[in-house]
Amino acid sequence: MTSGQAVARFEIPYRGCLASDGTLCGPLPAFASDVELLRQLYRVMVRARVFDTKAVNLQRTGKLGTYPACLGHEATHVGVGSAMRAEDVLFTVYREVGTKFWRGVDMLDILLYWGGDERGTNYRNSPQDFPFCVPIGSQMPHAAGAALAFQIRGEARCALAFIGDGGTSQGAFYEALNLAGAKQLPLVCVIVNNRWAISVPVSAQTAAQTLAQKAIAAGIPSLQVDGNDVLVVREAVHEALERARSGGGPTVIEALTYRLSDHTTSDDATRYRPAAEVEAAHRIEPLARMRTFLESQGHWDEAAEQALRRECSEAVEAAVKQYLATPKQSTDSMFDYLYAQLPAGLRAQREDARHYSALKP
Amino acid sequence: MVEAINMAHAWEMARDPSVIVLGEDVGTNGGVFRATAGLQQRFGKARVQDTPLAEGLIAGAAIGMAAQGLKPVAEIQFMGFIYPALDQIASHMARLRNRTRGRLTCPLVLRMPHGGGIHAPEHHSESLEALLCHHPGLRVICPSSPARAYGLLLAAIRDPDPVIFLEPVRLYRFAKQEVEDNGEALPIGHCFVLREGSDVTIVTWGAMTVDSLKAADQMATEGVSCEVIDVSTLAPIDFDTILDSVVKTGRLLIVHEAARTAGLGGEIAAIVAEEALYDLEGPIRRVTGYDTIMPLYRLEHDYIPGVPRIVDGIRATLAD
Repeated sequence: MTSGQAVARFEIPYRGCLASDGTLCGPLPAFASDVELLRQLYRVMVRARVFDTKAVNLQRTGKLGTYPACLGHEATHVGVGSAMRAEDVLFTVYREVGTKFWRGVDMLDILLYWGGDERGTNYRNSPQDFPFCVPIGSQMPHAAGAALAFQIRGEARCALAFIGDGGTSQGAFYEALNLAGAKQLPLVCVIVNNRWAISVPVSAQTAAQTLAQKAIAAGIPSLQVDGNDVLVVREAVHEALERARSGGGPTVIEALTYRLSDHTTSDDATRYRPAAEVEAAHRIEPLARMRTFLESQGHWDEAAEQALRRECSEAVEAAVKQYLATPKQSTDSMFDYLYAQLPAGLRAQREDARHYSALKP
Repeated sequence: MVEAINMAHAWEMARDPSVIVLGEDVGTNGGVFRATAGLQQRFGKARVQDTPLAEGLIAGAAIGMAAQGLKPVAEIQFMGFIYPALDQIASHMARLRNRTRGRLTCPLVLRMPHGGGIHAPEHHSESLEALLCHHPGLRVICPSSPARAYGLLLAAIRDPDPVIFLEPVRLYRFAKQEVEDNGEALPIGHCFVLREGSDVTIVTWGAMTVDSLKAADQMATEGVSCEVIDVSTLAPIDFDTILDSVVKTGRLLIVHEAARTAGLGGEIAAIVAEEALYDLEGPIRRVTGYDTIMPLYRLEHDYIPGVPRIVDGIRATLAD
């Protein structure tokens, strides 16, 4: 080796399939021959959007707590959910409504969680999935640990971890990737680069040209995809999962999207974000292009759209009704899940809590 | 209260060019609670730094800056997010002066919201002061009014050692008070006697002072005279004020929002038992958060001790 010689070179490939106008800008994935799957991808994205709009409205009218909207992220969220197998395990941040829907989580669960009720973490149809993870980046080591468990037991399963652009600044992100690379774990990490960590743009978060390249130092292959294109997200994640499942090790996928909403309902993004940028991002949002694509292929029409919107609205209204009719938990619930069995010393406190709760108007 | 905190920042930044504000969303956005609103516009980006999203980094970088002669005033966005920063706080911030025999020091302030009661999401409502008070080398302050927040934050920034500054979220908007912007600091390491009384001493801090004062008002209608002490500096505690009061009243009730077990109330009770046991006319009592995880918001007011629990605590203290 000579001094000055390059000892390693890397590149980050970019992939897209559907352009923002719904035309093709890359090869159609093989699964695109499954017309019903294509329609289902679109349906769940619309379902997430209709739900999301209602959830924001509920918060605005005082019927829901702080809520982090998923507006604009639907393609990434749904694409990931659809690429996973039921036996894989999902580790989300807190915005991935579309992924949760695909995993069989009810609208009611999501409403309960953001409505201040722990029962919203009771995912009946995906019982090994972790609940939303609010402390930024801290889900990453859990996903690595689950992947290590699959590897130790020789199971053909994968852990799928979401993280945001801000989350990639956390130590836990690097620590988890390092382990995943070192042990070639069946872990797929999807970095949802929605450009804003509350008020901090990616350009202020890091000097790295891409977030995908953060995987390189961990020896993990990575790529960037158009996160507003549900087809390419599903394809890239599916490939990564199948490689991981067959012992090929981890992958990091950076999905480029845009947070069209405020960070949460407690935030006001107009304080820090130029309106023109948001308007431009609305023009490349994920739903319109998928609908245009489906229509261009003869798989969708206005009648189908009307029926879907009606069906989603009815499902959302039914879930909201059920949510609003759900009485709050008893104070016992604060105690009953702390340990497998309540330590004797806590029984008196549980009684106290009952007593004072009963005094409340 | 949040305006008073903002005002104290601005005063000290204007007075002392070494004061640097840093944290997540503190600059352009002015902080998620608006505590640093307008500071970046007024003092520039070098003095109000938006950091990457990493609490360990914020605490650790503040240590490096402080050792270089700057006065970092760093924000952790919510107390529930302090855990990644604890390594830096415990392993370095609290110890740097001691382990270098005074060669390097950490004059910095680490601010964060404290407690619940505002319908916030999971991990946004924690009361973790005991975690911090357990580390010698730190000062921990928890103001209970806008004026005290203003004066104590000024004192914290001027202090030669690291100060953790806990800001009760329920008081951010609820506590309204005209505060004179005169740059006058209040003393660190002193309790504030918020109400004088002769029958029972209530020792509390942060947002629980508001409920304790209400409970004292209610008991006054029954002819019970409560002395209410705001501990204010949680570490190191001014025990003289507490002991003087207990000697006077002979009865002690401690009220805090944090969980009971290994909470700061236990330490206060232990000191009073050690120093004033024979002045007590009955057992020391505590009214605290339960030994549970802070619940999501539908039950948060069942967790946070309210006036009825404090009133019952006072009655129990007097009954013995």
